[in-house]
Amino acid sequence: MGSIANAFSSSIGKKLIMGLTGLFLISFLLVHCFLNCFVFFDKTGVLFNEGAHFMATNWIIRAMEVVLMLGLLLHIVQGIRLTLENQAARPVKYAYNDGNANSKWYSRSMGLLGTLLLMFLVVHLSDFWIVSRFTGIEHFNGGTPVDASGHEDLYAVMLAKFSHPWRVILYVLAMISLAYHLLHGFASTFQTMGWNHKKYTPIIKTMGVLFSILIPLIFALMPIAIYFGLGL
Amino acid sequence: MSTGNMNLTLKVWRQKSTKDKGQMVDYKVSEISPDMSFLEMFDVLNEDLITKGDDPIVFDHDCREGICGMCSMFINGRPHGPKDAVTTCQLHMRSFKDGDTIVVEPWRAKAFPVIKDLTVDRSAFDRVIAAGGFISVNTGNAQDANALPIPKAQADAAFEAAACIGCGACVATCKNASAMLFVSAKISQLALLPQGQPERYKRVQNMVAQMDAEGFGNCTNTGACEAECPKGISLENIARMNRDFYAAKFISEEEG
Amino acid sequence: MSAINSNIPEGELTTKWTKYKSSVPLVNPSNKRSLEVIVVGSGLAGASAAATLAEMGYKVKCFCFQDSPRRAHSIAAQGGINAAKNYQNDGDSTYRLFYDTIKGGDYRAREANVHRLAEVSANIIDQCVAQGVPLAREYGGLLDNRSFGGTQVQRTFYAAGQTGQQLLLGAYSALERQIGMGKVEMFTRHEMLEVVKIDGKARGIIARNLITGELERHFGHAVVLGTGGYGNVFYLSTNAMGSNVTAAWKANKQGAFFANPCYTQIHPTCIPVSGDHQSKLTLMSESLRNDGRIWVPKNKDDNRKASEIPEDERDYYLERRYPAFGNLVPRDVASRAAKERCDAGYGVGTSKLAVYLDFKANTERYGKIEASKAGNHNPDKETCMRLGLAVIKEKYGNLFDMYAQITGENPYETPMRIYPAVHYTMGGLWVDYNLMTTVPGLYCTGEANFSDHGANRLGASALMQGLADGYFVLPYTIGAYLSKEISVKAIPTDHPAFVEAEAKAKGILDTLINIKGTKSVDHFHKKLGLIMWDKCGMARNAEGLKSAIAEIQQLKRDFWSDVRVPGTADEYNPELEKAGRVADFIELGELMCIDALNRNESCGGHFREEYQTEEGEALRDDENYAYVAAWENKGDGNFELHKEELKFENIKIAQRSYK
Repeated sequence: MGSIANAFSSSIGKKLIMGLTGLFLISFLLVHCFLNCFVFFDKTGVLFNEGAHFMATNWIIRAMEVVLMLGLLLHIVQGIRLTLENQAARPVKYAYNDGNANSKWYSRSMGLLGTLLLMFLVVHLSDFWIVSRFTGIEHFNGGTPVDASGHEDLYAVMLAKFSHPWRVILYVLAMISLAYHLLHGFASTFQTMGWNHKKYTPIIKTMGVLFSILIPLIFALMPIAIYFGLGL
Repeated sequence: MSTGNMNLTLKVWRQKSTKDKGQMVDYKVSEISPDMSFLEMFDVLNEDLITKGDDPIVFDHDCREGICGMCSMFINGRPHGPKDAVTTCQLHMRSFKDGDTIVVEPWRAKAFPVIKDLTVDRSAFDRVIAAGGFISVNTGNAQDANALPIPKAQADAAFEAAACIGCGACVATCKNASAMLFVSAKISQLALLPQGQPERYKRVQNMVAQMDAEGFGNCTNTGACEAECPKGISLENIARMNRDFYAAKFISEEEG
Repeated sequence: MSAINSNIPEGELTTKWTKYKSSVPLVNPSNKRSLEVIVVGSGLAGASAAATLAEMGYKVKCFCFQDSPRRAHSIAAQGGINAAKNYQNDGDSTYRLFYDTIKGGDYRAREANVHRLAEVSANIIDQCVAQGVPLAREYGGLLDNRSFGGTQVQRTFYAAGQTGQQLLLGAYSALERQIGMGKVEMFTRHEMLEVVKIDGKARGIIARNLITGELERHFGHAVVLGTGGYGNVFYLSTNAMGSNVTAAWKANKQGAFFANPCYTQIHPTCIPVSGDHQSKLTLMSESLRNDGRIWVPKNKDDNRKASEIPEDERDYYLERRYPAFGNLVPRDVASRAAKERCDAGYGVGTSKLAVYLDFKANTERYGKIEASKAGNHNPDKETCMRLGLAVIKEKYGNLFDMYAQITGENPYETPMRIYPAVHYTMGGLWVDYNLMTTVPGLYCTGEANFSDHGANRLGASALMQGLADGYFVLPYTIGAYLSKEISVKAIPTDHPAFVEAEAKAKGILDTLINIKGTKSVDHFHKKLGLIMWDKCGMARNAEGLKSAIAEIQQLKRDFWSDVRVPGTADEYNPELEKAGRVADFIELGELMCIDALNRNESCGGHFREEYQTEEGEALRDDENYAYVAAWENKGDGNFELHKEELKFENIKIAQRSYK
């Protein structure tokens, strides 16, 4: 077991943790995005609330939620650790370093993008997750905390939140950050896990680009659509 | 054989010793020929400094034909300068324009301390190789060279990894000062060959451990190393090293 | 003049080495642990010797001036390494490799050494492949070979154009393995400045830590010098900037004879000098001559572009002079012919010191073959050139790229300009069959010794000799000496001999620093190079050599009174290192001229204008000069000649002809 323990403390092991937690978070994004797409298909919000209800009550999902939080925490802690270590590996900086000549700015800015995403998450989680899990939905705009089918009306909460332009802008900016974070992170994860192959790597890279653009785009469309009342 | 007509401003890192703090110093060079190599331009500057009674700029160089890996300048923000796939000694002044300002710094990494001016200590690389970058075969123990056929594609891939010149440009350009491209090139070369199999998993563990002990940073897959490598060493090597490392740590029953 | 003993074992040539190897006294393992060997230099010869000696159990200290043993200049060898494997089934054998080497060396090498070299050549390939050296292979997975100058068989193993690099990295990995195990102590950025002799035997060295400037004393029961060649005496050569003769020269001053210093190999295909700023020259592999035709314009001072000179106004002088071998004559012949044309005023380029190497004819020929393979039996010229260029690119792409990088010209469109350049030195410290110099306990391996190439080295033989010496010869032969040293305890380095040697080294460094003259070290080095190139280069004559000797003596006085070495001796000071090396080069340059003047014949890399046939070919004098000239340094620029007669019992001496 010693070899496994010291594997994770090595540079490659640390990278593996980043990659695996990253991949896990990517899979979460996919589920999250899929469920949230209900907003586009049901103006009453019943479908969306049903989905939310399922997510809130299914014990497997609830258990996974804990895992997700731990994974996110690990991703953040490891990210901070790696950033600090990597900065220490070059105590004297270059007077002039032309990074754009050999790499993409976002691949060099994962820490910054991650920090932006973390800040967004604080807002996002307090907007919805804390409300739905802990504090409960308040009565606002004279509405009721439940929808037509008796589920907690998270949809109404969303409509209310996205009526503020600053929040819409914040969410859109956050999704741009997410897109760039994924643009590097997606393919990088596979490289870290050693999945570099002449035949498959180009496919993975293309998938990565598609995923990085599509998922954040869909997420960003939600506040925009709600704010402008487009089709909702 | 006339000298040329380029006039340039150089901003060069000067540092008396490892302990000295160091600073950038400006120099003017004139009548530079576009046919000079970058190091020959430094020769001209040094000749001038010596005549004036100043200390010449110290920089590492030896073969001046792009194969020994000794030259190591960070030129205008890039290791070995603006041209792809060449070392500093093969960079020629025709890659610059009259009137240019050129910033020249040493490789910067905790594991590569500056010795003097543009010269750094890269002995960390030797220690990584000493930790496992070899096949344990004593002189005289070898069988006939053709007793072990190796598919051409595999031999060629091993050769491509073995083309690394150990200059350290990968470390210099990596935002994390990571040495993974260098280390993985040697691990790959030996992992691709049948002769390298007996020690394959022990090797990757020992070399990675030594790499970490030397204080190099962690790889974050920016790809800068591959882009700047004068010998075109591929990122595939890093993936291969990762695979072998996991196999050694998680699958092999041997404790590493 | 006295005779020197080469200690060649008795017996039949083909069994000498096997018998000798089996009867060399052995040192038992427990004694090996207390025997210390110093190896100076970490190239093919040094690294392989250090690694092998450590594997055998000796305590080894290894020194190099570079920042890592992996940087030694063996790394720059392009073409390949010869071995009598006969994998191509073309009739190669140990004897043939032996014969080709003796003949290529113009009958000035020692038969017994060369035969041993040919014998162990096969083991080298085995060893390197076992180490993971990725030599080129065929599709069947077996090793590939190519042909090289001066032979009719394919016996050259290679790794693209980087054979030296791959072999050196193999030896380096073996060395690092021993370093990792604590069996070799490695001293990088260290330069040997003195051999320490106690009771007539080599017992250690004084080395300078180049970073701190500190002088260090190191004891060894034996000292091995694998410090490379001295081509940089010419200032411009294909050697690395740091390549130097200092270790060998200090040994010469301590009593190790220097043999055949005038044998210098000038390689015909190098990129020409582009200006006064030139710091070194770059080789274009000999393999290019397989597909390139060498020519100059028929008219003097023809300033037209190569493409504007019509076919009938071109002089393919090698094909004209040597119809049988054409562009593939040996290196020395091709070099002299280029010099002759340029001296006569037919040179090309701005400097007029270059000739064209033109791939057009063969490009077209290859194109025609390719077109025909594709079913087009009547291709137009354009198609031929397009298809042919692809073939040329595949074969020589990396060399063409390097040429374009250095000259800024596109060799796919215009012929390459090439000129000969100093490349290798066949001379070196005299060694006996055991590779021991005339100082007991002081050994010399690789290019630094004189032993195997006679007056001219064949292509792809330098790597072979370096590794043969280091892996398979010295580790055995050194036992003959060390077996008698087992009772000698490590001598403390406060012994007066160490103190004295260190004081001597320090004295030289201090003198150099304190001259505080007006001219840089390079100024003197360039001057020396010019004298050597003009008067002791591709062609020499008595008058020129005599004046060169006088000029060098004057240069030496100027150097020691007017050199300017900035900084101090107790810091990292590359100018001081250079100064010490150039001081030694100046003395060596004089000896090279003395040797060239003494050798009243032309052979291999030594061409005396007075001794040539009517057609201008080299004329040997086997009657009077079939000997190794070994020079004893008597101090103050006085040298005494010792002769080792060369006996050819297995090969019939003949005049070389390439007509």
